[in-house]
Amino acid sequence: MKGKTIILYGLLFLAVASITPWIGGESLDPTDVWNHFKGEPTTDGDIFWLQRIPRVILALLAGGTLALVGASFQVLFRNPLVEPYTLGMSGGAALGAFLAISLPSLWVGWGPFSSIQFFALLGASTSLSLIYALSRRPQGMSVYTLLLAGVTISIICGGMVLFLSYLASPQVLVLYHRWMMGGIDVVGYRDFLSLSPLLIPGIGLLFYHADDLNQVSLGEEMALGHGVAVKKVQRHIFAGGGLATAAVVSFVGPIGFIGLIIPHAVRRLSGFDQRTVLPCSFLLGGAALALCDAIARTILSPTELPVGIITAIIGGPLFIYLLVTLRWR
Amino acid sequence: MENPMLEIKDILHTFSESDWVLHLPCLELSSREIIGIIGPNGSGKSTLLRIASGVLKPIQGTVRLEGHDLFKLKRRTIARSLGYLPQETVSLYDLTVEEIVRMGRYPHTAGFGPLEESDFTIVQECLALTEMTVLKNRPLSCLSGGEKKRAFLASVLAQKPKILLLDEPTSALDVHHQVRFFQLLQSLSKDGMGILVVTHDLNLASLFSDKLLVLSEGKPVAFGPPTKVLTPSRIRTVYGPNILMGLHPETGRPTILPRLLTEKKNEG
Repeated sequence: MKGKTIILYGLLFLAVASITPWIGGESLDPTDVWNHFKGEPTTDGDIFWLQRIPRVILALLAGGTLALVGASFQVLFRNPLVEPYTLGMSGGAALGAFLAISLPSLWVGWGPFSSIQFFALLGASTSLSLIYALSRRPQGMSVYTLLLAGVTISIICGGMVLFLSYLASPQVLVLYHRWMMGGIDVVGYRDFLSLSPLLIPGIGLLFYHADDLNQVSLGEEMALGHGVAVKKVQRHIFAGGGLATAAVVSFVGPIGFIGLIIPHAVRRLSGFDQRTVLPCSFLLGGAALALCDAIARTILSPTELPVGIITAIIGGPLFIYLLVTLRWR
Repeated sequence: MENPMLEIKDILHTFSESDWVLHLPCLELSSREIIGIIGPNGSGKSTLLRIASGVLKPIQGTVRLEGHDLFKLKRRTIARSLGYLPQETVSLYDLTVEEIVRMGRYPHTAGFGPLEESDFTIVQECLALTEMTVLKNRPLSCLSGGEKKRAFLASVLAQKPKILLLDEPTSALDVHHQVRFFQLLQSLSKDGMGILVVTHDLNLASLFSDKLLVLSEGKPVAFGPPTKVLTPSRIRTVYGPNILMGLHPETGRPTILPRLLTEKKNEG
């Protein structure tokens, strides 16, 4: 039954969440960590509560969101190769991030955001609106155009970034290149305040439409016949998934593969009911990214590797395995 | 005469990039009635059915479902009284027959769509009606074309609709299952359902419909009982001259066969 399945994934999620904060460059003393929590400041406690825990939470949230959006988009676009970034959000975000990195005059506070976060978010949401405007039709929106427009916008943004990097200084290139690898660098809890207004409604909207997505998987006309307001569902999934992805990509950069393979793995393990697939994708995606991040910060210790490198190196072969063994239909 | 359950009036529809026009002044479907829609390729049968189901909004005209404007109703409300089986049904995932049929209960559920005991009873009934009970645990990929069609019909029936709109439901079925399918439609209509069915099979349409609507190039050519509508001259005008007509030996309804020897003239 699906309730039990979700609980099983939930247990894995909790296990990863409680183990990964203890993994890292320095080994931490649990007594010190506990004392810090009780109000006696210790160095280990400081690392644990202000660096490790926020970092693990961000990894769980970001990985979960990417996998959830991927799972929803793969149904919406009836295409197994779609991931959150297919819609060009990372292209827009990359362009924004590049501008923020190369123009030091922008390095001031933007409310709760850093300048890179702010401009990445601006870029991602601009490309999102552009795609939506391009795919609007009198009867609703064309899912097909949405996909093509997303890919095209990605390419355009990529071209602009290439042009700008040709002109940019080496320092800027290094910083940008580092951003593109994706990384979960967070200290303290302030970032969650700026993330949640976008993330929570976005995720909520996707979960809310889980059963409607089941119907949509039977085809647009069949879903309409069964009583689904298909156009509304499509709009909500697009907007919710788009917002959540824009938020994630502006905070952790483009982290690949999680949004693509986790939903496939979940469907393979636990069936096709989106009411199971969506929550389980979130849980497994979060756990996977938190694990990858734990690997990233220990494998070359004391250097911390960008997590995007780990997800690609582990995720690629895993996807090929799924590709070979998966029943697509 | 009781009020029609589905009332289609003054429909005018066209697609951009073509000068093809569908024009239908009036069509009414009542309870306990099977109306067959026939006509050559491109005559507007499917378009008409999509308009009647509310899937496609026509440029002009009204569709009334039990007196209400169809295009102002919520899809969920529509689905509780109107079932629509599209011509093509492609599932993205390899669901089992029973899963597909359960999904037909959607308009009667709320939120995340949990089903109750009564829903499961209806699902089993619909599986039995369509003779799919033994196949209920099979995934779609292990079904024949005809079995798939019956699975999706069961799913539409699980909505418990009062009106059924079917777009070429028997095109993938063998002769035996075609007849079983139409016999099922007949018994559903005896129980009170109104059925609108688009088909290419003139003989089945003739045998099982109470009334036939003949479309040609987007316009209605004839409407009425099969015996009145299916006259040799009309069929030849609509479908071309190479048609031979006879009568079904058991029912006396018109039957249509292709003519192979074209040099003889005027018989049948």
